[in-house]
Amino acid sequence: MSKKIVAMTGNHAVANAMKQINPDVCAAYPITPSTEVMQVFASFAADGAVDTNLVTVESEHSAMSACIGAAAAGGRVMTATSSAGLALMWEMLYVASGTRLPIVMQVVNRALSAPINIHCDHSDSMGARDASWIQLYAENAQEAYDNIIQAVLISEEMDVRLPIMTCMDGFIISHSIEKMELLDDNEVKAFIGDYKPHFPMLDVENPVTYGPIALQNFYIEMKRQQVDAMESAKQVILDVGKKFGDSFGRHYGFFEEYMLEDAEVAFVVMSSAAGTVKAVVNELREKGHKVGLLKPRMFRPFPAEEMANALKHLKALVVMDRSDSFGSAGGPLFTEVRSALYGVENAPLAFGKVFGLGGRDLEVHHVEELFKELDKASKTGTIDKVTDYITVRV
Amino acid sequence: MIDTSIFDSQVDNAWCPGCGNFSILKTLKEALAELELKPHQIVLVSGIGQAAKQPHYIKANVLNGLHGRALPAAIGVKIANHKLKVIVTSGDGDLYGEGGNHFIHNLRRNVDITVIAHDNQVYGLTKGQASPTSDLGFKTKVQVDGVMLEPIHQLALAVTLRANFVARSFSGNREHLKKMMKAAITSKGFSLLDVLQPCVSFNKVNTFKWYKERVYELDETHDHTNQTAAFQKALEWGEKIPIGQIYSDKRPTFEEQQFALKDSTLVEKGLDLEKARDIIQSYI
Repeated sequence: MSKKIVAMTGNHAVANAMKQINPDVCAAYPITPSTEVMQVFASFAADGAVDTNLVTVESEHSAMSACIGAAAAGGRVMTATSSAGLALMWEMLYVASGTRLPIVMQVVNRALSAPINIHCDHSDSMGARDASWIQLYAENAQEAYDNIIQAVLISEEMDVRLPIMTCMDGFIISHSIEKMELLDDNEVKAFIGDYKPHFPMLDVENPVTYGPIALQNFYIEMKRQQVDAMESAKQVILDVGKKFGDSFGRHYGFFEEYMLEDAEVAFVVMSSAAGTVKAVVNELREKGHKVGLLKPRMFRPFPAEEMANALKHLKALVVMDRSDSFGSAGGPLFTEVRSALYGVENAPLAFGKVFGLGGRDLEVHHVEELFKELDKASKTGTIDKVTDYITVRV
Repeated sequence: MIDTSIFDSQVDNAWCPGCGNFSILKTLKEALAELELKPHQIVLVSGIGQAAKQPHYIKANVLNGLHGRALPAAIGVKIANHKLKVIVTSGDGDLYGEGGNHFIHNLRRNVDITVIAHDNQVYGLTKGQASPTSDLGFKTKVQVDGVMLEPIHQLALAVTLRANFVARSFSGNREHLKKMMKAAITSKGFSLLDVLQPCVSFNKVNTFKWYKERVYELDETHDHTNQTAAFQKALEWGEKIPIGQIYSDKRPTFEEQQFALKDSTLVEKGLDLEKARDIIQSYI
């Protein structure tokens, strides 16, 4: 295995992974900060480095529609978007998953309007969390690259056959240059294998119908099958993560446990902010504090049981959400985690903090402040507020 | 006469130096002032794009919405209070691309609003992809082999659907631009003013010079009430590009045909809950 260490932005890393995957069709519409993914990929297409038919359409709604058509025809299909672009795809997201088409989409996380904001938060992909798409989140460019390669296999597995969005933080990861490892083209090709489409529309000997009406007679059965597909996806994600680790040395599961085993208190946070939290955990460990981190990678399907097992020994934990679910019992990640802990004997105290909306920076001292709250909760056995915001003017 | 400084906003300008938008901005302020319109009488509506930032730079009522959705928001404003001057000021990508469906159907609807389309034949905000008005063969970082899609021919579309005012101008001819803006704003019904402008950063083909060498002003020999003649002028593009009023019509506006808007605006009517309750009761 040849290691190629490069300096790359997240967008370039994803575009390079797409080059190595060599999808049949990509349909896309530009939106900051994901525009560059398709722009770099277009240069690969122009150079003849891929065989992809790249379709530039007139809106994101059309982009997802074209992906659905191409996937139904039997193609390996990819796209990328952000923010309002993902929101505009909304009705097509459900068509993609309801039709059980394996489509891989890179979401470069960005806040939703209004007010207009081009910077990172998770409102876009979290808004699509009930769309029956698998969701993987990356901490850095390396993970974004590794996730999208694995996503192809996960999505195409017969027991899964669900579309998948791989998410990375807009600007923070998409536009920052990091050191990372690129795999060899042939290694990626061998890892993902050839795509054997099931029931393609282009198989004229065996005509099929996609998307006919199903009312009271069959609709609910089809939805129930999506539940089974999500359940099957869990083992597939573990298997593909192991296969990837065995092949390339970087193993992936549902979540990363960082100094969690002997911890008394812990942070639960996804994506790039986990990097900042790790730095604080290191610093606190040096001072003798038993603190750890759980970084979810897979948000859909949500690994409730496994996460509860990983967290149940703690005295207190804080779940940090980079989006809010207005009027609900907390941010999307917090409500999932706290629900996972329901019924667990001596469950840890859990509170939620919303942070970083619209790209508001999360700094080391903010995390240190949060630790003080965690420490207090573990010592007193009480929490002041179940959910709150940090780094916000009030 | 109103001083144009009444329209000056305190928002920092984010356009590239040399952008055609500056000329459109300055000219619009002058046109509004010469029409004796005051900031509170005007609503500027835009979607997303470099041109869509224009309302930030003019002190008036402003509604800056989502990409492609300037027109639905604008007609909502106009129907709620048809005494306001509603002006959409957005780009070719926003109005004709992502908002293309709204463009077509609002030409049909004929609400009394003015659309000033900043047309630079490229996506500026997302850094240089082809727009619906890009010429065939126009190369970008994404359309590397050149644009293969036919341009949208927005003026011909507006002539076909009998918009009440259809015109083109050029950001490099401010006198002409101002004349067209004033005519568009005072014309009753849907007014489309497509303004050619250079994008100095991302369109190296259709430059200031490129437009300057090609545009010519329509004179009185062009009968803008003749749909067939207008259609021909709307499609004239290449070595010679006409600027001026291409078409005019006298279709009744959407508002004129609404019984509820005859005596007063919706906002002036207020809400009579007692009356509403009586009506509901009559159906129970």
